[in-house]
This record gives sequence, C-alpha cells and structure tokens, in this order.
Amino acid sequence: MSRQSTRLDVKKVNSELFTLTYGAIVSQLMKDYENVEDVNKQLDRMGYNIGVRMVEDFLARTNAGRCYDLRETADKIQYAFKMYLGITPALTNWSAAGDEFSLTFDTNPLTEFVELPDNYQNLKYSNILCGALRGSCEMVQMDISCWFVQDQLKGDLATELRIKFNKRLEDAIPAGED
Amino acid sequence: MGIYGVYIVSKSGGLIFNYDYTVPKIETEQTFSYPLDLKLSYENNRLLVSFGQRDNIKVGHVLLAINGIPVSGRKLEDNKDALEMLDDAANYPLNLKFGRPKMTVNEKIFLASMFYPLFAIASQLSPEPRSSGIETLEADTFKLQCFQTLTGIKFIVIADPTHTGLEQLLKKIYEIYADFALKNPFYSLEMPIRCEMFDTNLQALLEQADKNGINGI
Repeated sequence: MSRQSTRLDVKKVNSELFTLTYGAIVSQLMKDYENVEDVNKQLDRMGYNIGVRMVEDFLARTNAGRCYDLRETADKIQYAFKMYLGITPALTNWSAAGDEFSLTFDTNPLTEFVELPDNYQNLKYSNILCGALRGSCEMVQMDISCWFVQDQLKGDLATELRIKFNKRLEDAIPAGED
Repeated sequence: MGIYGVYIVSKSGGLIFNYDYTVPKIETEQTFSYPLDLKLSYENNRLLVSFGQRDNIKVGHVLLAINGIPVSGRKLEDNKDALEMLDDAANYPLNLKFGRPKMTVNEKIFLASMFYPLFAIASQLSPEPRSSGIETLEADTFKLQCFQTLTGIKFIVIADPTHTGLEQLLKKIYEIYADFALKNPFYSLEMPIRCEMFDTNLQALLEQADKNGINGI
C-alpha cells in the first residue's frame, strides 16, 4: 500500500534537513525554558497538535478503516512511521492482555546527529513522537498513553516506545458508526 | 453532468466550508401592465411569487428588481416600498425582474446543521445494527453524496443526479483538505476554512472532474 499517486505530487525531503530542523526546535526550547521537564512537556504538546492534523493526512491517503483491535492499530502505526519517517519500527513486547506493546527502533531519524550533554539526561529528546501518537489516536477515538522506555541517546541498545491502550472514547465516536 | 456545490461539516455539526461551483442563474425580466397578473407574497424577508406561474417566472421565484433598481427585502434601494409601488396603477408599465432565490450564508449554515441530526437518525433507524448514516440522498433534480471520515468530518457534494464517481471525488476533496487546510499553520481545527490554497486546489479538482470525469483525475 504505497502512497497513491495523486495530482498532488509526493514531496520527498531529505531526512537530514528534517533532523536538523527538529534539532533546532529542541535547542530553542531548551533556551526558552531552561527546565528539562518543561521542554519535555512542550515537545509533547507540539506533537499532539501535529498528530491531530496528521491523522487526517494518513487517513486520506491510505483509505485505512477503523481499527477494532490494538493489533490492527499497531500495524497502522508501523505503516505510518514508514510513510512519514521512512523507518519501520518492530512491534514487540505485547502484554498478555493485548493492550500494550512497544515500537522498537534500530535507528531514529530524529536523533541522527545528536549527543545528549550530561546535564540533560532527563530530556526526552524525541518526545514529540509520543505527543503525535497520542493526538492522532485521540482523533480516531482511542485514548492511549505513550512513553519512552529505552533510548539510544541514553546508552540503550535500541529505542523503545511503549504504547498503552486506555479506552475507546465512546462519546466522541461520530454518529453512523457503531 | 454537473457539480453544484461542496459543503464540509465539522465534527460538531457546524458548516466550516461551502462552495457553489455551478448554480445555473435563472433570471427573467419582463414588462408588466396594470393590474399585475402575479400574486406576490412577503415571506422570509423576500417578495415571492406565490401564484400565477407563466413563461419563465415560476412559483417560488423572488422579485429581484423593479425598473432595474434592486429590491432588498420589501424595499427598493431608494427606500420606496415595493408592494406599494406595484399596487399603484400610475407607476405602470413596470419592468420587473424575477429569479431564483439565492441561499444566504445563514440559511446554508442552518441547512448544514439540519443535515447533521438527519444523518444520525438514519443510522438509528436502520434495521441492521452498525449502519452508517446517509451516504446518498437522491431527488429528481440533484443528488447529495456524503462521506464521513473516521474523525467525524462530513464532506458533502451536491451534483446532477446522473453524476457518477462522487465517492472518489469526495476522497480527493478529503486529500485536499488534509493537505491545504490542515497543513496550514494558521488554520485552527473546527473553524471555518479560509485558505486560499484550499480554494484554488478544490476548484481545479472540480473543474477537472467536470471535464474529464472522475477517472481523469
């Protein structure tokens, strides 16, 4: 299922430009807030705002249907990563109840040229991803939590993003569905 | 073949976009002598033909102008009362212009928010569980096609009843919405769409769909 060829041509951009632009945002936030926790929060908020818009783009291009199982959602999230970041994270560590899983990245394009200074060890550098996932799932009436459990920037072997399904937002489901 | 208009209704049921693509303009101008052989009535702030259909003047048309002077409400632009003028034999012969009433923006907003509960009721009325809402609504002069996204936004297109491929057209409009409305940083969600790029791209799409059929896109 590749991005359909449309009148709107598929604009590809070098991931390095993206990486550096993101780096500029994070370093500007560090200057503006000075407090690492505030920066984490701000990145999450920015991601959320991106996510609520980006999900429409994803739906419009893939003709994806509604998910009735977290495994379907996981596949779509994996596909979205391929579409927007050009990477395919592995789906691992499913919980027994099937309501939690991890996305494991060998490489993270956001952190390509990045080293964390020692005093920034609490910074969740790629926290924008958590916000984006939360925002986009919320728009399709799923409440999820999302956090980093491993980060290559902090010396771990891989980057692992944990996703937990909280509940379906029943009130928000549009009429004519369910 | 012909597309009449496109509407977008937000998740909460407000009209966030409307665009009239082709609305045939029907206007007739004729000279009348006393007494006037049309019955006019004043409704919804307009002077309507209520009886006495003839030539191209149909029941339901509104009085647009008298002697070339536009009528708004029941008053002429020069503040004379239109009905009084029509009743006075001394004013005749009069040149009257009639035409189809144009929908005001308020009426459009009103109709869009009316479609919202209709759509919901349709899914409730269904004999089968988990039915969608209204997808197509047909009448003898038009067809309404509605597409609701997973996020709850409704895209509605009104077209000629013979028009085919409206579903694909709506998907394309969704793509344009995702590209040019949502990626515009100055557009805030759920608010009316006022993005020039969105307008021009939508217009280009409709033109192409009208000319080459939907498969040509």
